Amino acid sequence: MDLNYTPEEQAFREEVRTFLAEKLPKDLADKMKTKSELSKEDYLRWHKILYEQGWIAPNWPKEYGGAEWNAVQRHIFEEECAFANTPRVLPFGLAMLGPVLQAFGNQEQKDYYLPRILSGEDWWCQGYSEPGAGSDLASLKTRAVREGDHYIVNGQKTWTTLGQHADWIFCLVRTDPNVKQQEGISFLLIDMKTPGITVRPIILLEGTHEVNEVFFDNVKVPVENLVGEENKGWTYAKYLLTHERTNIAGVGASKAALDSVKRMARAEMSGGRPLIENPAFAARLAEVEADLMAMETANLRIVSQAAVGHAPGIEASMLKVKGTIIRQEINDLARRAVGPYAMPFQSEAVEGDNQPIGPDYAAPQASRYFNNRKLSIFGGSNEVQRGIIAKTQIGV
Amino acid sequence: MNFELTEERQMLQDTLRRFLADRYGLETRNKIIDSEEGLSPEIWAELAELGVIGALFTEEDGGFGGKGFDITTVFEELGRAGVVEPFLDTAILGGGLIAALGSDTQKELLEEVIGGALHLAFAHGEPRSRYELNQVETTAKVSGDEIVLSGRKAVVVNAEAAGYLVVSARESGGLMDEDGISLFLVPADTAGLTMVGYPLMQGGRAAEVTLDDVKVPSSARLGEAGKAYPAIVTAAARANTALSAEILGSMETATGLTKEYLVTRQQFGRPIGTFQALAHRMSDMLIELEMARSAVINIAGRLESDTAERDRYVAATRNYLGRAGRLIAEEAIQMHGGIAMTKEYELAHFAKRIVMSDHRLGDTDWHLERFIALSAAA
Ligand SMILES: Cc1cc2nc3c(=O)[nH]c(=O)nc-3n(C[C@H](O)[C@H](O)[C@H](O)COP(=O)(O)OP(=O)(O)OC[C@H]3O[C@@H](n4cnc5c(N)ncnc54)[C@H](O)[C@@H]3O)c2cc1C
Repeated sequence: MDLNYTPEEQAFREEVRTFLAEKLPKDLADKMKTKSELSKEDYLRWHKILYEQGWIAPNWPKEYGGAEWNAVQRHIFEEECAFANTPRVLPFGLAMLGPVLQAFGNQEQKDYYLPRILSGEDWWCQGYSEPGAGSDLASLKTRAVREGDHYIVNGQKTWTTLGQHADWIFCLVRTDPNVKQQEGISFLLIDMKTPGITVRPIILLEGTHEVNEVFFDNVKVPVENLVGEENKGWTYAKYLLTHERTNIAGVGASKAALDSVKRMARAEMSGGRPLIENPAFAARLAEVEADLMAMETANLRIVSQAAVGHAPGIEASMLKVKGTIIRQEINDLARRAVGPYAMPFQSEAVEGDNQPIGPDYAAPQASRYFNNRKLSIFGGSNEVQRGIIAKTQIGV
Repeated sequence: MNFELTEERQMLQDTLRRFLADRYGLETRNKIIDSEEGLSPEIWAELAELGVIGALFTEEDGGFGGKGFDITTVFEELGRAGVVEPFLDTAILGGGLIAALGSDTQKELLEEVIGGALHLAFAHGEPRSRYELNQVETTAKVSGDEIVLSGRKAVVVNAEAAGYLVVSARESGGLMDEDGISLFLVPADTAGLTMVGYPLMQGGRAAEVTLDDVKVPSSARLGEAGKAYPAIVTAAARANTALSAEILGSMETATGLTKEYLVTRQQFGRPIGTFQALAHRMSDMLIELEMARSAVINIAGRLESDTAERDRYVAATRNYLGRAGRLIAEEAIQMHGGIAMTKEYELAHFAKRIVMSDHRLGDTDWHLERFIALSAAA
């Protein structure tokens, strides 16, 4: 064992830093620090910059145009991006659909979709959850009936993240209602412009429009858009979910968020001294930092052990549970750090180009706290992850 | 000992609960929150009519209550219904300070307050003061018959609706001296007083208030020059009592919604409440709720005790409610899953009320530190 970065890894970090210093637009980084929502253009601008650099798909194999970085490189990249306040690269095309198509798609699908995912030409969203099918995803009801060269799709998806911007949605649909639930599901790619699709916004508790309901009313989908075999969609869905889970430990994001809490707690004065010297606050801050130090190594260790492109087993569930607990605790400290100035509701819509109320770092803290309650709900809730761990270990 | 509410308070509770269940549903509330004013003048007037504001003042001041248990009875109901109207600011803080320090002439305003015709705001916190009650940078300078106020006040809740602001300013002493702080009753339209208003995360509105050589007559001072601090601490104790009861009310609703959801939401072919992983956590929420209720009774019953005893209980209760509130808000969201994350669903508002109350009049950590200090001295 050696916990030091090799000279190559250090050189890689330098390369990433130089790139970020040169190429990350300042207005985007500023927006990340002070706002709680980004526009479609914001996301796409950063996507294009990474694409041109060849770094948009760190975990894809080179043959598909990925960077094929190892776990340590990905870790370094994620960390540097988080500290530099880059926009998030959305996972739907790159981290979810991409690996599925690479593993199960046919040649035409790979040739057509993968380059468009890389370039950002197609914006993808994920159509898994339904009102009645959340944790119990296999109970999904959206129906796809084959008629000649098409599937006719009817039903509803929900919680579709950023579906309002999407060109495409990958969906789990029921193609056989007469077999065991898991054996009648297919994986379908659907053009959002197809007649019969309606997208309705869901406003989240802190006021952002991040998720949607998507309704399908006799939507005609060409059979070529089926991924893999009919009724084998559950296998692909599970494959995808494990990929979703590996990225969710969010160590880089937590480290950057912790760093920002410390900066705020040094600037904020409480009772005539910096907040960071308040014993109650300092103790919690220290505990979460200790957690995160262990987490960083756990994440690197577990991800390194899995070969490139392959997701680990129950350790992924462990990373998800603990990673989200840490992240949410940091969000709680951040909201508390800014004191009364956490209260002003400074959504983009309300605020426009006005000056922020209070210190500029205060504006997004309460929103982030509430918004990130989602981390322990989606991507397989923390209860579901604990269930997976227990089932594997206890086996009853 | 006796743990029953008096008949009058019981009646007030019943009336208020019925009225709010009837008139303050999700849709109404969301409309109020999204409105420009951030409050409903109609609801305010009707609640005043029902005696909600009068219950927060003593008979001497024109009300019919004003004791700890009157405050908690009212605010628990307001919290249960997720009311965003500024009773805390107009009645407990603004009104309470006028009642405590005002001259007979100044106290004439209370009739309007109790009748629902006049709003007040307490302009005390400043951009750098955070939760410290004694940290006042705004200055008050005597100039002939007048007093000139200069400074900035931060997150002044209800400032825009207020006819008068109760403004704290320093007449003598250093930044954190308890001595030297005065209060002034400043009409909102006084020249030199400007504000930038905004909505709050938990509903309602506040403003950043700038006092730029604001001139008021010396008769605007509440009480003696430089001696307002004890009254401010008492007002904060009363407000913390009200806030604790309000949090308790919101915790009841959040817990109730979760209980209901665990029974109705089905996944894997059964109600999710049948999963022990959730059932036990539901039990923990119920346990915390019961303790929180007792913590609120603890301060309500000590609000009229000597200040050292009172303030120790205030700090303990707010610390406890901060922890139990966070647990209940977060667990309620988690056990609901995605639905709890939406503005359209009832729970979201209650979770926000609970969590954001941690940013008023001291947060959980601040009250812990205060509790440690007061306990060491006791
Ligand atoms: C902000 C946000 C964005 C999202 N984005 C997307 C998206 O882009 N695409 C998409 O398809 N989905 C998305 N989701 C949906 C997400 O995957 C679901 O919310 C999640 O699967 C949980 O389902 P549910 O919300 O229906 O909760 P439920 O499944 O109803 O769960 C309610 C509670 O019960 C618990 N529970 C359920 N079953 C068990 C059990 N067996 N044992 C113990 N506890 C259990 C859960 O953990 C939870 O606490 C998003 C959700 C959110 C909040």
